Amino acid sequence: MHGATYAEARCALENGETSCEALVSSFLDRIEKKNPELNAFLRVDAEASLDRARTLDEERAHGNYRELTGMVVGVKDVICRKDHLLTCGSRMLSEFKSLYTATAIERLEQAGAIMIGATNCDEFAMGSSNELSHFGPVANPHDPSRVPGGSSGGSAAAVASGLCHTALGTDTGGSIRQPAAFCGVVGLKPTYGRVSRYGLVAYASSFDCIGPFANGIKDAFRVLRVISGADPRDATSANAEPPKDSDPDGSSLSGLRVGLPQEFLDEGLDENIRGAVTQTANTLQSMGAEVIDVSLPMTEYGIAAYYVLVTAEASSNLARYDGVRYGFRAEAASLREMYEASRSGGFGAEVKRRIMLGTYVLSAGYYESYYERAQRVRRLIWNDFDQAFSKVDVLLTPTTPTTAFKLGEKMDDPLQMYLSDVYTVTANLAGIPAISIPTRTDKAGLPVGIQLLAPAFEEGRLLRVGGAIENATSD
Amino acid sequence: MKDQFEAVIGLEVHCQLLTESKAFSGDKASFQSEPNQYIDPLSLGHPGTLPVYNEHAVKLTLKMGLATHSTINERSIFARKHYFYPDLPKGYQISQYEQPICTGGYIEITEGGDPANTRRIRLIRIHVEEDAGRSIHDAESESSLLDYNRSGVPLIEIVTEPDLRTPQEAQITMRTIRQLVRYLDICDGNMQEGSLRCDANISIRPTGSSELRQKTEIKNLNSFRFLERALTYEINRQVSLLQKRQPVAAETRLWDEEAGETRSMRSKEEAHDYRYFPDPDLPPLLVSESLLRTVKTQMTSLPAERVAKYTSDWGLSIHDSEVLTAERDVADYFEDCVSHLIVDGKYPVEQIAKSVANFLMTHVLRTLKGEDARNEEFVVDSARFSQLIELRLGDRISSTAAVSIFEQMLISADAPVTIAEDRALFQIRDTAKISHVVDEVLMQHSDRVATYRAGKVGLIGFFMGQVMAKYPGSPDPKIVRALLEQKLGSNT
Repeated sequence: MHGATYAEARCALENGETSCEALVSSFLDRIEKKNPELNAFLRVDAEASLDRARTLDEERAHGNYRELTGMVVGVKDVICRKDHLLTCGSRMLSEFKSLYTATAIERLEQAGAIMIGATNCDEFAMGSSNELSHFGPVANPHDPSRVPGGSSGGSAAAVASGLCHTALGTDTGGSIRQPAAFCGVVGLKPTYGRVSRYGLVAYASSFDCIGPFANGIKDAFRVLRVISGADPRDATSANAEPPKDSDPDGSSLSGLRVGLPQEFLDEGLDENIRGAVTQTANTLQSMGAEVIDVSLPMTEYGIAAYYVLVTAEASSNLARYDGVRYGFRAEAASLREMYEASRSGGFGAEVKRRIMLGTYVLSAGYYESYYERAQRVRRLIWNDFDQAFSKVDVLLTPTTPTTAFKLGEKMDDPLQMYLSDVYTVTANLAGIPAISIPTRTDKAGLPVGIQLLAPAFEEGRLLRVGGAIENATSD
Repeated sequence: MKDQFEAVIGLEVHCQLLTESKAFSGDKASFQSEPNQYIDPLSLGHPGTLPVYNEHAVKLTLKMGLATHSTINERSIFARKHYFYPDLPKGYQISQYEQPICTGGYIEITEGGDPANTRRIRLIRIHVEEDAGRSIHDAESESSLLDYNRSGVPLIEIVTEPDLRTPQEAQITMRTIRQLVRYLDICDGNMQEGSLRCDANISIRPTGSSELRQKTEIKNLNSFRFLERALTYEINRQVSLLQKRQPVAAETRLWDEEAGETRSMRSKEEAHDYRYFPDPDLPPLLVSESLLRTVKTQMTSLPAERVAKYTSDWGLSIHDSEVLTAERDVADYFEDCVSHLIVDGKYPVEQIAKSVANFLMTHVLRTLKGEDARNEEFVVDSARFSQLIELRLGDRISSTAAVSIFEQMLISADAPVTIAEDRALFQIRDTAKISHVVDEVLMQHSDRVATYRAGKVGLIGFFMGQVMAKYPGSPDPKIVRALLEQKLGSNT
């Protein structure tokens, strides 16, 4: 792929070999060339990005560098930017402009990053293939007949094809890690609460996380460090020390215990991906780590509990799109008909399916048997991880059961689509951090990702182990 | 009929909290301005906005919990209550459901001012929630207008047990709640503007029975009068249904003041399924020991406590004490005056309290603009008023002079001493000078002196009047009387 990481660009900037303006221009050129086929960007802010680059170049002329000066970032179109469209990949908000800017974006801008445009995604971040966007599917840069994964498919494809240095995605059940694996980039889902959700359009509030896509683990953590931290505007944000920029190069992994959860390596798993996990385990062992088989027995209930809880929260979070104050409104004779027509016409089929499911599980008489029971399962899954992390420092698993599938392949079978999240949802249920790292490609040339999981607020371990894997893979 | 059945009534009272900002946003909480002035993206339910709870609203709720002897729950949960309506921007209201901030507790009500008639009305819960916006339906244009200023303003909901038996009791309970929230300074208690609102649920049963029969809920009771009238109407309606052996339907009814009746709004089948669940945007609300301690130190003493103090420590009657404590501003003012005057220990506290109370009740209360007068807005502050009372306590001015000085104080900022001096209203104690005038008067009316001496001692009043009128300034009536009695008596 394009190969340009921010780490490299930063060196070039500091050595005077390039400028922010040149970086933006080159990305704009690539977007112009590649985006028509990929459909990764929904909108590009060419002029504003160039203006911003020139301002940053003036700062550089005085020797002033910020943490992310000149980093060019794509933003999943579910994150608010003041006076910018915020479509959420939906007809409902196709003309909606946000009145304010999300905390994560504010922090990136403060650090000198340049938001180059909005990336495509499944409608309201609900989907695993990016085929559910009102604005059309995104193509996988490695094979345009295949999906990039979802729901942050636009961000993953943009980073994978070098249309920006990094991109923000959101991960509710795997929406960063799964497309990262499908597109061959790094995708990091932080600990729940690590990054403020203020300005992130809610899908399932107790699951949603903003996180970065990057070509390389260092870039991902650079972004994470900037966007993380407590925010008085988000009561669920946490005040935790951001992971340090420890240089993992060449450091030994002796003393590190890596767990291999057996439940993640069952028959459904693609052999190539199993191979990648085994190979990674061997690599880590050769670097001094101890690899231990562990068990996460509640894993099989993950998908069921996940879809009960996220749809419940989604049915509530999406109640505000009623056509009254903003967004799509269908004209109708009565208030009730206006509600029905606006919501029927504004939302796509999958969003409606999840609203219906969620409404059902919260209804009187069903709440206890669905919502409450799923909450108990969530607690048990949390306990599973707690148990496992008393024995190991990180867990190593596949990110996805298969590599990128064909466009349209699972469109008629929502259950098959839901099952592509099987290895990713449990991290969201437990609120723990996880990262997908590209390892090899399969025979068809499709990327294979592996996943690392760590206890809450221990992203530092993902950086250390992930860095080691990345070094070993690039050798 | 009245003896045959009794009513079982419970109240749900909503009080809009007096906070600067809204329950979960920094938006200003003011709904008495032009429509849609205080509508940040959160108040409008815009995508990506998040609620953050207002600590001040929590403190005010705790005050009410403490004032009603409720259990304060260390951990309570915010829940989402879902329904679709255009003035509800998020499609749900943030409220509390399974674990409210306060549970249990009670309110004491007293019927007819007689402490022997004090009853405890138990509370089920007090919880904090956000208000919706306001819909204005314009019949002419057949459209609805929406004002979101009120959207997100914090409320507390106080739910009583069905302990009330008569509309009168319900009305007194509501008044007591209003007095409490105004005392605690947590709500302005304005029912007309909807900052204090009430729903009532009511059922009928044979007197003496302990069963609970089918109840109805009446909404829109925004005055004491509506509450009492609606309940009276509803009792009669349910009794006549019962007598006709017809069932009472489970429904929500609306009070129509113009028609003087309650009307069905929606039946149980049409009732909302609110689909409550814990709000994932708000962590559990934790009330720490230290927060509770802070709130306790900020609590004012409540009417019952003050009445007890006035009657037992200060010797006032129950009636006077209740008049003085009806409004916190008046009670505070009264207590301020008393404390100004007891500082130097010149007069016994009972005498001070009596003197302040009498003057306050006779002359001051009527000059205050009804119940809404705030202490700080009253031109005669308690210090200046105390100076006036001190002049009376020292007998330096007459009661008539005190009234005219007070009237002058309402329009000028002068000290009462200055006013008394300027208008020569100090009582004159110079016995020699007064004696001279007394002699003059007795000489002028020698015939009446004779009549007096013949036994018509009632004439003393006439002589008093003559002396007082004749004397420039204000002679001390006690001295005048003493001189008159002495002179009229000695010449017999």
